[in-house]
Amino acid sequence: MVASTTSRIPDLLEKHQSKLLASWLERQLASSSLRSGQIGEDELKEQSQKFLREFIAGLKSAPADDITEQSWRQVRELLSEFSHSRALQGFTPSETATFIFSLKEPLFTLLREEIKADAQALGEEIWTATRLIDKFGLFTAEIYQQSRDEIIKRQARELLELSTPVVELWHKILAIPLIGTLDSERTQTVMENLLNYIVKSGAEIAIIDITGVPTVDTLVAQHLIKTVSAARLMGADCIISGIRPQIAQTIVHLGLQLDVVSKATMADAFALALKRTGQVVTRAAARPA
Amino acid sequence: MQVERTSTLEVRRPEDVVKVRQEVRNRTAAVGFSLVDQTKFVTAASEIARNTIDHGGGGQAHVETIVVTGKRGVRLIFEDQGPGITDIKLAMQDGYSTGGGLGMGMPGSKRLSNEFYVESTPGKGTKVTLVRWKSS
Amino acid sequence: MEQIPILKVGRCLLVSIQIDMHDKLALALQDDLTQKLVETRARGVLIDISALDLVDSFIGRMLSNIAAMARVLDAQTVVVGMRPQVAITLVELGLTLTGIQTALDVDRGLALINRLIDAEGEDGAGGAH
Repeated sequence: MVASTTSRIPDLLEKHQSKLLASWLERQLASSSLRSGQIGEDELKEQSQKFLREFIAGLKSAPADDITEQSWRQVRELLSEFSHSRALQGFTPSETATFIFSLKEPLFTLLREEIKADAQALGEEIWTATRLIDKFGLFTAEIYQQSRDEIIKRQARELLELSTPVVELWHKILAIPLIGTLDSERTQTVMENLLNYIVKSGAEIAIIDITGVPTVDTLVAQHLIKTVSAARLMGADCIISGIRPQIAQTIVHLGLQLDVVSKATMADAFALALKRTGQVVTRAAARPA
Repeated sequence: MQVERTSTLEVRRPEDVVKVRQEVRNRTAAVGFSLVDQTKFVTAASEIARNTIDHGGGGQAHVETIVVTGKRGVRLIFEDQGPGITDIKLAMQDGYSTGGGLGMGMPGSKRLSNEFYVESTPGKGTKVTLVRWKSS
Repeated sequence: MEQIPILKVGRCLLVSIQIDMHDKLALALQDDLTQKLVETRARGVLIDISALDLVDSFIGRMLSNIAAMARVLDAQTVVVGMRPQVAITLVELGLTLTGIQTALDVDRGLALINRLIDAEGEDGAGGAH
């Protein structure tokens, strides 16, 4: 359609813009794939209106076979915004692409009405229109996919952080309750969290509680040692707590050298940490009767 | 795989190690590496750069930004025409050192990278390639 | 050539490493420190690396050398201010700087050194390390 001189589509669309918009909206609302309530009719009308305007402007100045061209930029931006927000709202890829694809029927109806006389011209115009709309439909799907990917990655990160909390137990004492297996990716997150917390709180002791860690094998032990070494480089000593009897046996069996003080319970570890940091917790004097 | 950007630096004098570090730091930051990943890779680059000077008699470092579907990364290629490494397996062992150092250069750099390759011909030279991908 | 300043703070020598070190500078620092330790009879060396965004095996070796040399002269060495990303990298690299004490910052480092010196006794006749 660089032969925008010969194609009648831009002019026809402009002339019959409101009629086209009405039938396109009707198609969109009727399509059963549109979530009810998720998007208001007014909002949909506004988006469709905007799109048609930009689409017509693009048709007048840009080649129909290359949607990456500069003159299609407004349309692409509009569609990107649209797909991105649909993705965030939880629409399916089909529901999102329906926006574009549902434009075909009203457009073809319009073309058939206006170009009745010349069958060949009608055929060419419909072919041009369908190829263009298909390209934009695919573009919409790609943007949608990218947005979903971003959401998933963000959620994975948040989940990872949630499962490795650092608690400021007392002045100068931190506690890190580990829950679940300790793999190398998790260890990186634990180390980063712990070290940043050490800087923030000036802690001198970090109690790493492994009650929630199902098994301790050579690999897990390596990860624990790495974490302890990293904390030491920042001037903080570590105490491992939550050593269950089976874990203690496994450690001895495998000949693992943990090279760090370990206690059975968090309470014992805490008592030791208080002593080490020169702090004392005293019972309040009994009230006189 | 596509190479988006590449630059080459001479690695001959001790001051060149600083230049290599800066270039790798800038490149990994531009690709969007996290601070920890940047530090790891720049440290690996520093180790191999020193090796190139101390054992390889000096050479070049190529810093490339690479793209493969779905991920971007940085690739470093250190080349020298020095004496080469006679026993690569031995050189990759922790603690082994011919220069009185801590023997951490090569095995350590491998741990700090996602991919690590060494090609060496005694008498001809050595080529060390390191790759680190941006983690999502 | 630039020189790294060494300050005397109480019974300690304080060194703040601000720039990217290369071989000559590192050797010069070690020489200077040895000399100053003998001159001042300081009992501790505090090395502040809070300005370093990177510690590789070369710097690691330098720190170990300083600690070893200080020990021979009956002085304690404490390294302070390591950044989290540097600590994580060192651990991955396999460099754990055994034999070197660490503290979060200069204040805590000084407190630690003083504790260590006192534990040894003023004349250094204290227990083994």
